[in-house]
Amino acid sequence: MSAAVAARRDPLLPDRFRVTGRTRETADTWTLTLEPVDRDPLAFAPGQFNMVYAFGAGEVPISISGDPGRAGPLVHTVRAVGKATAAICDAQEGAMLGVRGPFGTDWPLAAAEGRDVVVVAGGVGLAPVRPIVYAVLAQPDRFGRALVLYGGRQPDQLLYSAELAAWREQGIDVDVTVDIATSSWTGKVGVVPQLIGRAALDPERAVAFVCGPEAMMRFSAEALLERGLRPEHVYVSMERNMKCAVGQCGHCQLGPEFVCRDGAVFSWPRIRHAFRIREI
Amino acid sequence: MKEMEELVAEVPVLSGLAQAHLDLIAGCAQNTRFDAGTYLFREGDPADRFYAVRQGAVALEIHVPAREAVVVETLHTGDLLGWSWLFPPFRWSFDARALEPVGAIAFDGACLRGKCETDPELGYALMQRIAQVIIERLQATRMRLLDVYGVEAAT
Repeated sequence: MSAAVAARRDPLLPDRFRVTGRTRETADTWTLTLEPVDRDPLAFAPGQFNMVYAFGAGEVPISISGDPGRAGPLVHTVRAVGKATAAICDAQEGAMLGVRGPFGTDWPLAAAEGRDVVVVAGGVGLAPVRPIVYAVLAQPDRFGRALVLYGGRQPDQLLYSAELAAWREQGIDVDVTVDIATSSWTGKVGVVPQLIGRAALDPERAVAFVCGPEAMMRFSAEALLERGLRPEHVYVSMERNMKCAVGQCGHCQLGPEFVCRDGAVFSWPRIRHAFRIREI
Repeated sequence: MKEMEELVAEVPVLSGLAQAHLDLIAGCAQNTRFDAGTYLFREGDPADRFYAVRQGAVALEIHVPAREAVVVETLHTGDLLGWSWLFPPFRWSFDARALEPVGAIAFDGACLRGKCETDPELGYALMQRIAQVIIERLQATRMRLLDVYGVEAAT
């Protein structure tokens, strides 16, 4: 990397990335692949996020959902829920987006070495934990059993359906449930904590990584603790209104924590206080 | 082959019951099987029994006019199915459809109600356990009311 390029590595300045691929996951969710225009490919750890900038629309934090062990384009799965995310989802192949990052803490896979990995995800929250699954599949001997417990609103809003089937074939215990379904759905109907209650897991040797809407994470963490997991073996990824992403602006401050800098991945004992604060 | 008393003792919701009570319950129980796609019961039918699912999956469905039936919940191995046998009018509120081949223990509601009335200790112990199931299902339903994956929740 040239000195000029290195000098531009200001964390507040976005780099240009070109959209090289886009896949529709659901009615409002797209997976984009992005290639850097004037920088090296971006290395990241599972759980980290980037600030993705749709020029003229806005910048939002998006977790990286690709394979951390594979060189290649950056992968982001984005749900269109506001102006900026809608613009990112609308970006066509060849379009340019700004990217800053990666930022934040990562899923502590070292804590799961020799243990069973329990991935608990809800909705688009499957995207930030997908790199964990890739890491487990890449190094199966490093971990014990792997379980993916995934819930969504309804069948047509589930992410990565083909990949979930492929993970099953590769030995991962995948269990899926939805909140709402009609009789053509032959899978489970219920909430993610019910999957946790029924999962064949050994709480003594399990480490759980939880990502989804905060209400879902709260109930899931409680269900995991009820199953007997130790609190320090439960990790969650918080979603907050991040702006600077480097712990300066305070937009994502949650009590003593800056979610962008101190998280977004937190151990349950460190962040559970936030789940008890009303209307926060 | 296991005796019915053993099978009844393996039903999670009945765990911890006194052996004498398990024996009484087993006296009202029988093994049953359903092919995939068949109905264990239909809405409005007499609710004269309930089930403990030993194997397979069952969808609880609400019939909606002019639309595909809505699945309220699915039940799986170890789950209890049905509590309409407990209270008048003893009619099912939902359809229950086997999503795959289902093996279950069927409990005769009238038989069990009779035993509970003559043995209030059994009645209380059984009611406590069934109430726990009802509470867990209610809590799960309340979680779904939050619609945590909806667009409103995501913004």
